[in-house]
Amino acid sequence: MTGHPLLAIRDLTVEFATPRGTVRAVRGVSLDVRRGECLAVVGESGSGKSQLFLGSFGLLAARGSAGGSVRFDGEELLGPDPAPLRSVLGTRVALVFQDPMNALTPHLTIGRQLTEVVRDRGLLDGPQAQARSLEALRAVRMPDPEVRLRQYPHELSGGQRQRAAIAMGLMTNPQLLVADEPTTALDVTVQAQVLEVLREARDRGLALVLITHDLGVVAQLADRVAVMYAGRIVESAPVRELFAAPAHPYTAALLGSVPRLDTPVTARLAGIEGQPPPPGEEQPGCAFAPRCDAAVERCRNLRPTLACDASERSWACHLPRHRPGAAP
Amino acid sequence: MSEQLLQVRGLTVRFPRRRTRLLGPRPWLTAVDAVDLDVADGRSVGIVGESGCGKSTLARAILGLVPSQAGQVDWRGEPVRREEANGLRRMRRELQVVFQDPVGSLDPRMTIRESVAEALLAIAGPVPEEGVATRVAESLAEVGLDPALGGRYPHELSGGQCQRAAIARGIVARPRLLVCDEAVSALDVSVQAQIVNLLDELRRKHGLALLFISHNLAVVRHLCDEVVVLYLGRVVERASRDALFSAPRHPYTRALLAAVPHPDPSQGNGAGRAVVVGADLTPGQVAGSPSGCAYSARCPLADATCRTQVPNLEDCGDGHRVACHHWRGAPTLR
Repeated sequence: MTGHPLLAIRDLTVEFATPRGTVRAVRGVSLDVRRGECLAVVGESGSGKSQLFLGSFGLLAARGSAGGSVRFDGEELLGPDPAPLRSVLGTRVALVFQDPMNALTPHLTIGRQLTEVVRDRGLLDGPQAQARSLEALRAVRMPDPEVRLRQYPHELSGGQRQRAAIAMGLMTNPQLLVADEPTTALDVTVQAQVLEVLREARDRGLALVLITHDLGVVAQLADRVAVMYAGRIVESAPVRELFAAPAHPYTAALLGSVPRLDTPVTARLAGIEGQPPPPGEEQPGCAFAPRCDAAVERCRNLRPTLACDASERSWACHLPRHRPGAAP
Repeated sequence: MSEQLLQVRGLTVRFPRRRTRLLGPRPWLTAVDAVDLDVADGRSVGIVGESGCGKSTLARAILGLVPSQAGQVDWRGEPVRREEANGLRRMRRELQVVFQDPVGSLDPRMTIRESVAEALLAIAGPVPEEGVATRVAESLAEVGLDPALGGRYPHELSGGQCQRAAIARGIVARPRLLVCDEAVSALDVSVQAQIVNLLDELRRKHGLALLFISHNLAVVRHLCDEVVVLYLGRVVERASRDALFSAPRHPYTRALLAAVPHPDPSQGNGAGRAVVVGADLTPGQVAGSPSGCAYSARCPLADATCRTQVPNLEDCGDGHRVACHHWRGAPTLR
């Protein structure tokens, strides 16, 4: 077994040139995704969580540029040579986005779109590709897969489209599936089904990156969690430790903001006053300091670096709420 | 007993569908099917259900934004007659609405202050100019918007700030009932919490009644005294908050509650839990008006009776009402 992680992102930056100057969406992020694990990247809109992975796989919008290093299975993807990225993207790495209607071409049947994935890359020929499509649709528990192959995206429901998009991602038997808000547009009952599909894929050995703002989904599926705020990771930890004893005040506030069905109704939700800094604005101190109850002078002047300990927890805070290792 | 503000009886909304045959009868889609609803002064009522269950159409029909085919809407005990010139106006003075898209519900060419003032003038009629300025400033302060933002345009504000402005617009004429149609759904969780707290505060401070439409069960549980569950246009269960969330009776309500993921990994990852079959309707598959219980196609308890007879909304004690042939036989706990 190889010792290096499946995906190693080091000091990744993503910038956009705008008429009003450069906007930095991702400001130096490092993280690893190991084989067969599910890493959740959590953050609110504008935190840079989606741009992090779009930047890693060369999918940024025009005027966007990524810097730093992204290694997939040891091979650099962001180097001057585009060949490694091309050989990896869409085969060993698959991406699934929030809106399944945009991921599917409206004028081609589901079957055509699924087989195209493997035929265009010369991986499988016609009949084999057909068989593989059926297999992929079964893997995502699509009802009546034979019928779906002949249908167009508009004939499918939202949940079925999302499953078709995931099936498309699974066609090449990837090692890594990056799913960006895969259940956000879905009803809770349908969401539960899609989560089950992703869980099964992970149990078969697929590494999964789940980009989401939904902490309920994270608790259901993730092994580890990285929390992003204003373009940086502010805390990362195994899922149980993170939920039980968040070290960063932002993580704690985020957990306190979510109304829950399984706790008594409290008078007020914790919430977080104020709002995240606009992208492109850079303060000298901690980006969360203006909204943080615990912030002191040092937080406003000196940006905390990501400290870590042996137990795989890391946090970027001068005054962590719980020192990992100590009893919460 | 507080006064009944809104009383809805047998409200039905149908939309015409495409004819399948040139001269055949026009098929109709029943989006809201004979719904009864009451909101008393100072109470907050939640309406929950999956997308396509008719919860937004119900709100729009109450507000008179879509025509209804049958049924009656009473405001403070008097029927609201849309066909009369001022029929809706009486209700609209005291009933305001906040929609899901905070940026889209404000006029992009008006400053926040102008938008809020417009709502006041439209409802209250002529108000002296100083009076308008004071009232607008008061309601902006009420929702926690920095007065400096009053002179800005919607595109200069964040989603959360726009939603506060939309709520300021809703409360400026001091309504008795605020209808919120997915009013916090498009917001980030930290901002969502702020808006939920704000609505809660307005209720406590002014006794504002809420009709809160949402697919987010946890938010509804947090804000509402009473919950109505809709399924394909029909009310399948209605109960007080505590009764509905601790002892749901209808199999659909149970399925809906079971599907919500708890943000707590120590409760297990949910693997192997009974995953209910989502409605997940394909376009065009939406049931017109099924002969029996609308939920019978998905229901694990369904039998021949369910497929042929529409269950009535029966009282099963303490005002807890459920439309299910099997509620007596079903265990009371999830």
